[in-house]
Amino acid sequence: MATVELKNLRKTYLTEEIIKGISLSIEDREFVVFVGPSGCGKSTLLRMIAGLEDITSGDLLIDGQRMNDVEPGKRGLAMVFQSYALYPHMDVYKNMEFGLKLAGMPEAERREKIEHVAHTLQLEPYLHHKPGQLSGGQRQRVAIGRAIVRNPKVFLFDEPLSNLDAALRGQMRVELSALHRKLGATTIYVTHDQVEAMTMADKIVVLQKGVVEQIGSPLELYHHPRNLFVARFIGSPPMNFFPAIFQGGDSAGSSVQLRDGSTLYVPVTSPGILPGTKVTVGIRPEHVELAPSGPNSGTVEVIERLGAITLVHVRMSDGEIIVVQTDGAVLTDVDTHVSLTLPPQNCHLFAPDGLAFEACRRHPLAA
Amino acid sequence: MQVVLDHSPPAGANVRSGKRTGFLLLSPSVLILLVWSIVPLVMTLWYSVQNYNLVDPTLHGFAGIDNYWYLLTDPDFLHSLLNTLVLVAGVLIISVGGGTLLAVLYDQEFFGRGIARILVISPFFIMPTVSALLWKNLMLHPIYGVYSAMMRAVGLTPIDWLARFPLLTVMMIVAWEWLPFAVLILLTAVQSLDGEQHEAARMDGAGPVARFRYIILPHLGRAISVVVMIETIYLLTIFAEISVTTAGGPGVASTNLAYLIYSRALLQFDVGGASAGGVIAIIIANIVAIFLVRAVARNLEA
Repeated sequence: MATVELKNLRKTYLTEEIIKGISLSIEDREFVVFVGPSGCGKSTLLRMIAGLEDITSGDLLIDGQRMNDVEPGKRGLAMVFQSYALYPHMDVYKNMEFGLKLAGMPEAERREKIEHVAHTLQLEPYLHHKPGQLSGGQRQRVAIGRAIVRNPKVFLFDEPLSNLDAALRGQMRVELSALHRKLGATTIYVTHDQVEAMTMADKIVVLQKGVVEQIGSPLELYHHPRNLFVARFIGSPPMNFFPAIFQGGDSAGSSVQLRDGSTLYVPVTSPGILPGTKVTVGIRPEHVELAPSGPNSGTVEVIERLGAITLVHVRMSDGEIIVVQTDGAVLTDVDTHVSLTLPPQNCHLFAPDGLAFEACRRHPLAA
Repeated sequence: MQVVLDHSPPAGANVRSGKRTGFLLLSPSVLILLVWSIVPLVMTLWYSVQNYNLVDPTLHGFAGIDNYWYLLTDPDFLHSLLNTLVLVAGVLIISVGGGTLLAVLYDQEFFGRGIARILVISPFFIMPTVSALLWKNLMLHPIYGVYSAMMRAVGLTPIDWLARFPLLTVMMIVAWEWLPFAVLILLTAVQSLDGEQHEAARMDGAGPVARFRYIILPHLGRAISVVVMIETIYLLTIFAEISVTTAGGPGVASTNLAYLIYSRALLQFDVGGASAGGVIAIIIANIVAIFLVRAVARNLEA
C-alpha cells in the first residue's frame, strides 16, 4: 500500500543542476522503470527518493507524507544495489537480519520472517554461507531477500542485473517480474537496459539530462514516442531517421517529400506546420519492407545475420543508410540492389524542435 | 610397456641435479643469514653461561645457570618485564583505538583535509631519539616546556612529567610516534570500504554508531590485526625513548627488558648477565610471535 509522488524535484551539485524539476506520480503496486543513457540522472533521482541524496528543492511524498527530511531507514523503503552491497563479514542469515535487528524486532519473529523469505527465494541451503562463497545470481537473490524481509512500502532497484551474465540476467528478469506480481509492492527500478524496461515495467519514465522526456507504458513509448530522443532510445536496433520536406496536411494525414523525390502520406496531424518546413521521418527497422517493386531503392552495404532475423543495411540512392530487419532466411547478399517500401502507417514525423506529430489513430496496444 | 619404461628419460636424476643447483644458488644468502644471526645467537648463548664481567676479570669460567638464576630472582627483572608489557599494551590501545577513530574522521570530507592528513602522518617521520628529545625539552620540561607554560597560564602548578609519571610519559611519547602508522594503515582500509555498503546500512536503518560498530569495525579487522602485529614487534624493543628521557628511572620505574639488558651489559659491564637477559628476551619475543602470527594468519584467511 504505497504511492510515491514527486513534485518538481530538483537537485543541484555546487552550481550544476543535475535534476531539473521532475514531477511524477507512482500508483500503488505499480512497477515503474527509470531509463536513460548514462549520466541522465536516473540513479540520482532514485537515491533522492531513497534519502541517500539530499533534495535541493521540491517535495517527495510517500503515501501522501512529505519525506524530504526523513532518514533513509525511516522512509519505509528497501533498496537493492548494483553491487548488491552485502555485508561481507555476515552470513546470509545475518545479512537479512541486520535491518530487522536494528528495528528492534524480537528474535523469534525475525527467524520466522527470514525463513519465509529464504524459502520464497530458494536461499535455504545458503543461510549460513558468507556472501563471498555465493555465485553472482545467489548474491543477487540475497540482496533482494534483504530488501523483502523488511516488508517495505516501496522497493528501489538500482541497475540490479547489470553485473550478471546475459543468461542469468534473462532468468532474473523473469523472476523479478514474478516476484513483483506475488508481492504486489510498489517498485521503482533504474536501468539503462531497454529490454528490462520494456519487459518489466507498467510505466516507463525516460530521462535525459535531468529532464523527463516521456512517461508512459512500454508500448506507448514504442508506438508513440513523444520526441526524437525517445524514438531513438526505445527499440533495438534503433529507429531509422532521414530528412524530408513537409508539403502539407489535413485531418487524415500529412504528406512529406523525401530527398530522392518520392512522397509519403503519413497518418499524423500537423497543426501549425508550414509547407516547406524541414522535418524528420522515422521508421523502425522491423517496419521497413524489402519489396521488389518498392518505390525506394538502394544498395546493400552490410548484412548482419542473427539466425532468426537478418539486419540489412541499405545505402539509399540519396546517400542515407536505412537498416531493415527482415526474415532470417532472406537470400539478399552484399552489394546487390534492393527496393524498399516504407509503410506510411508505421512512419513517424518529427518537427524541427524534435517533437513528434500527433498520430491520427492511437495504436490499439498503446491506447 | 617395458619398452616405454626403458626409454623414458631418467627423471629422478634430473630432479636431483635440479635440486642441487637450487641449493647452490641459495647458499650465499643462507650463508650470510647464518653468519648474521646464528653466530651472534650462539655467542649470546655461550656468554650467558659464562662468568664474564668486564669490571671483575678475576671471575671467569663456566657459570652454569647462575646468570639466569641471578636474573630471574632479581626483582628488577620482574619489574622490567611488567613495564615491557604495560608499554606494549598501553601504546597498542592508544594507537589502535585513536587510530581507528582518526581514520574514520579523516575519511570524511572537510576543508583542509589534505593538509590535516599530512600533519597527522608526520610524527612517523621523526626519528625516536629526536622525538623523545623534543617531548622532554620542548613540551614537557617543567620550566621551559610548552605544557608547563600552558598550565602556568591558567594558574596551575606545572607537573614534572618524567619524574612523576615516567612510564606513562614514555608511553605517551611512543604512542605519539606510532599513532600515525596506525592511522595510515587504517585510513587506507577505511577508504577501501565499498560506499554502497554504507548506504545499504543506512537503508537498513543504521545510524552512525551502528554503522561504525557493524560495518566499519568488522571491515577494519584485518588491518587492525596487521597493525597490532607490526607494532608489537617494534614495541617489545623500545629503547631510544627511554634512554633519552628517563634512562630507565627513577630507579627502574621506566626500565623495560631491552633497557635492562643494555644497563646490565654497558652500565654494569656484566656481559654474562646481560646475555642471559638477551636469551630470555628472545624466548619471550618468540612466544609472542607465535601467538600473533597464528591470530593474524587466521584473521587474514577469513
